[in-house]
Amino acid sequence: MADDTAREEDHEAEAAGDVAEPAPIPDDVAAAVVARFPGSVFVDSHGQAVVYVEREVIADVALMLRDEEQFTMLVDTVVVDHLVDGARPLVAGIAPERFEVVVNFLSHARNRRIRIICQVPESQPTAPSLTPTYPGANFAERESYDLFGIAFEGHPDMTRILMPDDWHGYPLRKDDAPARVPVTFKGDPSPR
Amino acid sequence: MGLDQVPHNFVTARLEDVVRWGRRNSVFPATFGLACCALEMMATGAAHYDMARFGMEVFRASPRQADLMIVAGRVSQKMAPVLRQVYDQMVEPKWVISMGVCASSGGMFNNYAIVQGVDQIVPVDVYVPGCPPGPETLMHGILTLHEQIRTGELLRRREASPTGGAGIEVGREPVGLTTS
Amino acid sequence: MSTNPPIPLRPTTKPLSDALSKEEERLERQTDEGAQELRPTTREVVLAGGGMWPQDDLGDTMIINMGPQHPSTHGVLRLMMELDGEDVLRIKPVIGYLHTGMEKTGEELTYVQGTTNVTRMDYASNFANELVYSMAVEKLVGVEVPERATWIRMMMCELSRMASHLLFQATNGMDIGAVSMMLYGWREREEVLRIFEYVTGLRMNCNYIRPGGVAVDLPDGWQQRILDVCDLVVKGVSEYDELLSQNPIWRERTVGLGIITTEECLALSITGPILRSTGFAWDLRKAQPNLAYDQVEFDTIYTSNGDVYDRYRIRLYEILESVRIVRQCVEKMPAGDYRVQDKKITPPPRARIDESMEALIHHFKLFTEGFKVPAGETYVSVESPRGEIGCYMVSDGSSKPVRMHIRGPSFYNLQAIDPMGTDSLVADAVAIVSSIDPIMGEVDR
Repeated sequence: MADDTAREEDHEAEAAGDVAEPAPIPDDVAAAVVARFPGSVFVDSHGQAVVYVEREVIADVALMLRDEEQFTMLVDTVVVDHLVDGARPLVAGIAPERFEVVVNFLSHARNRRIRIICQVPESQPTAPSLTPTYPGANFAERESYDLFGIAFEGHPDMTRILMPDDWHGYPLRKDDAPARVPVTFKGDPSPR
Repeated sequence: MGLDQVPHNFVTARLEDVVRWGRRNSVFPATFGLACCALEMMATGAAHYDMARFGMEVFRASPRQADLMIVAGRVSQKMAPVLRQVYDQMVEPKWVISMGVCASSGGMFNNYAIVQGVDQIVPVDVYVPGCPPGPETLMHGILTLHEQIRTGELLRRREASPTGGAGIEVGREPVGLTTS
Repeated sequence: MSTNPPIPLRPTTKPLSDALSKEEERLERQTDEGAQELRPTTREVVLAGGGMWPQDDLGDTMIINMGPQHPSTHGVLRLMMELDGEDVLRIKPVIGYLHTGMEKTGEELTYVQGTTNVTRMDYASNFANELVYSMAVEKLVGVEVPERATWIRMMMCELSRMASHLLFQATNGMDIGAVSMMLYGWREREEVLRIFEYVTGLRMNCNYIRPGGVAVDLPDGWQQRILDVCDLVVKGVSEYDELLSQNPIWRERTVGLGIITTEECLALSITGPILRSTGFAWDLRKAQPNLAYDQVEFDTIYTSNGDVYDRYRIRLYEILESVRIVRQCVEKMPAGDYRVQDKKITPPPRARIDESMEALIHHFKLFTEGFKVPAGETYVSVESPRGEIGCYMVSDGSSKPVRMHIRGPSFYNLQAIDPMGTDSLVADAVAIVSSIDPIMGEVDR
């Protein structure tokens, strides 16, 4: 696909820049996650702790955050579609895929946040569900399934939530439903 | 006691004028709030703007008891069949006000999720512009509708809308009491 | 869902006529069928807390469908309830009837235009949406907002919280049966909306807080006007308190109803007044202060029973706390710029456009192309009247976001219906839904 080549060019353009040498991770939770799960990468994103993890272990990471690090709440689950990105900031050690599942956690006891991101390839749009660990992810994962077609494995009710049940396609994907429909006027005979 | 006891207290009028006058002054809107405009519709009904002045303070929860559907807000693809069903459940005569640009034309949300104008689903009598229209704007729309009711046809059936008619088949020629 | 075949993609563009005919066909089909499926699908229905509904004890139960057009569900929420007589066995919220595709539209609008989009999400307290969007953009751009703009933002957000909670008092009263509260709540809310109109030009969906500051400076004489409204609101709140708080009928309808615990709230990602009603005093304005919340004095209101009555009381007294903050804002409002003086981000003043070619070009570029935002991603959250509202934004270096996601607090709070509503009476389900105070525009986005 043309988009793939564009993405690889971005890869080359960006890979030359700001890839830091392994430095001590300032966030101890992130450091613990990186130490426990090989293949994880810590990134400081505008002062916020972000850990890129492998897709297969994200449920284990959530379990660890909940049980060992006092992260009491899953704040949000988001999916990002990077199909048509102009310049995508790349993370050293992480192979970029089309989709990203982004999960924000909040610890009330320690009053801090952490963000876990995993890559989801277009060819196999699935990810482990966090609903068994954090039941609050239920609606958010259904929304991600509805709008992006990312199926969360282990979710108790993986059905559409926002769109009608008989809807075809996943509208928030970049190559699906149009963001702009031409305005039609009543009685306008011209097909648009 | 017959009518001869009150010789000075009656007015004669054409029946259709009386019916139209009565209809105009007792329009019952259905509670059909969808989005932001619903709040302004509630504001119109509340004390500051007081729709009771026009005999419209009774928002009926049941569509069977309502004459007017104020489509207040954006109509999504999922809501469209529901809206149509509520409209179908209303009894004739019935009117529709499309409140706000989202209901009228999709507004700024010209995307996959929003029906680009509620007139694709139900016939609309008055379009009220604004995002959201203020209570004054809505009241202007309502008064416009009142004027339409006062001067309109008594037994009008909907055939102008692509989806109108509400399942009632009536000949195109006006029948009965309709004037002009 | 164990095997997941690759999902076929549709072609990038499709002719509109095709889409329309498909839509019409679907509408027709669904209307003929009675518009919504009402089959007793209980055996497949899942609790919000995860897990299937038990398959046995399906004796003499009945599935009742409430909504989406129902006067007491605050818009277009649909509830599927299984009833055993009058007892609610389980509730499942069905949402999506107001899905507006705002996140898709947000990807199509520039960062300058984006606030017009997000302000229509939580339409009862639009300033929180604009604020969180603007803060996310500012974080990506790395721009510091002037102090006066920060204080104006805080003041408008608190006025918005007042308006939102006044709306809650009105609709909550109407739902439970205190219909006169509807008129009283709107009486005070209208005054606050007039302040919005006076400052921003619009009663709702103000689009006032923008990346880089606010749209316009406060008009002359704003102090007295806002203080007058504060007095009116305080007077109104004391009236509501007098009317409802000790009213035996009101207490019968609300005390001990719809109880939720702190643990359930945390597990289900529930924030805001519902979480605070369980005795957990978590308020982002205190815990992770943004704007100038650390420079004003206010209290976090919390109670410990977690029932409908407590949620009503929390929202009632939060109005008074907001009044406190607004009064301090009026007192302490610093002088200075109301938006950042950066030609790339904020438009030039109107008068400059007439004299300066450069200003004209900046103005034109800003409103046609927008400004470019460095590539990156960030998550920003603030405390809205309903809980934590967050904005996750991904930029690819262009003038439009790749992904703009708003974490609507109502969306997550709706998951509380199930633990709250189970084992209540069907008439109380209305009070419970009302006490969650969902704004469907934010739930469905």
